[in-house]
Amino acid sequence: MTINPDLQGRSYPAGEVYTVGREKIREFAQAVKATHPSHFDPEAARALGHRDVVAPPTFAIIIAQRADAQLINDPEAGIDFTRVVHADQRFIHHRPIIAGDELVAELHVDQVRAMGGGAMITTRAEISTVEGEKTATTTSSILVRGEEQ
Amino acid sequence: MTISLTDLEVGQEIGRSSLDVTRLDLVKYAGASGDFNPIHWNESFARGVDLPGVIAHGMFTMGAAVQAVTDWIGDPAAVIDYQTRFTRPVVVEDTTARPGSAGAVIGVVGVVGAVDPDNSTARIDLTVSAGGQKVLVKAQAVVRIW
Repeated sequence: MTINPDLQGRSYPAGEVYTVGREKIREFAQAVKATHPSHFDPEAARALGHRDVVAPPTFAIIIAQRADAQLINDPEAGIDFTRVVHADQRFIHHRPIIAGDELVAELHVDQVRAMGGGAMITTRAEISTVEGEKTATTTSSILVRGEEQ
Repeated sequence: MTISLTDLEVGQEIGRSSLDVTRLDLVKYAGASGDFNPIHWNESFARGVDLPGVIAHGMFTMGAAVQAVTDWIGDPAAVIDYQTRFTRPVVVEDTTARPGSAGAVIGVVGVVGAVDPDNSTARIDLTVSAGGQKVLVKAQAVVRIW
């Protein structure tokens, strides 16, 4: 299976709205072994000036990977999900993600490079609130390993 | 906790931690994140795609490592930029026969990498290792210091 080089420059428009739940923030925080009270206790979050509990710094991966799924599941892309390895990741936060936020993500395929029998694909998700306020920019590179890698 | 930019020196350690990881942790992370790739919970599947065994989600390691920064700065919202490269998989052993023991241990050390008074930010460089080898490279968190 080969990766379609024409993917570079492609964009996928914002899809379904992701509503950030308080319990999801708590669950995600526990899953990354975070203990800071502002992830769990609304009062602790308010004491820091936040409206509700605050998401951990990598929480946006949930929304980014949902956006990435549009690409990975695109039959035209030619990506075998079981051969995908995460190569790098970056989160730029324009403002914190807080319980109650309603977020959407627009996905951009910034780069596709052939590597061995596979390919390195760099995507960028521009995450904003449904009102249009920029929230986070995430960039991610995945290596789709060729059969011999 | 109040941290002042002027008190920070490049090279200063801000925190360190040691995290025990089990396959249950990976299942919890899969559920919390929505990343159900079987290489993170199914041994035979992982070996079938030429991996040494079940490996941790890179995003689990990245997410767990940044807690040293959050706990030090005192507000998760202060972390305005966080990046890493994933260079080596963290293999998490099956500990079914050894309840309570870790399938992998991830070590995290954070030091001040740079101080930027113009933007009121500091860069924290994280050294993240497992089994004596670095698993993240260029793991850097930029924090805003008010």
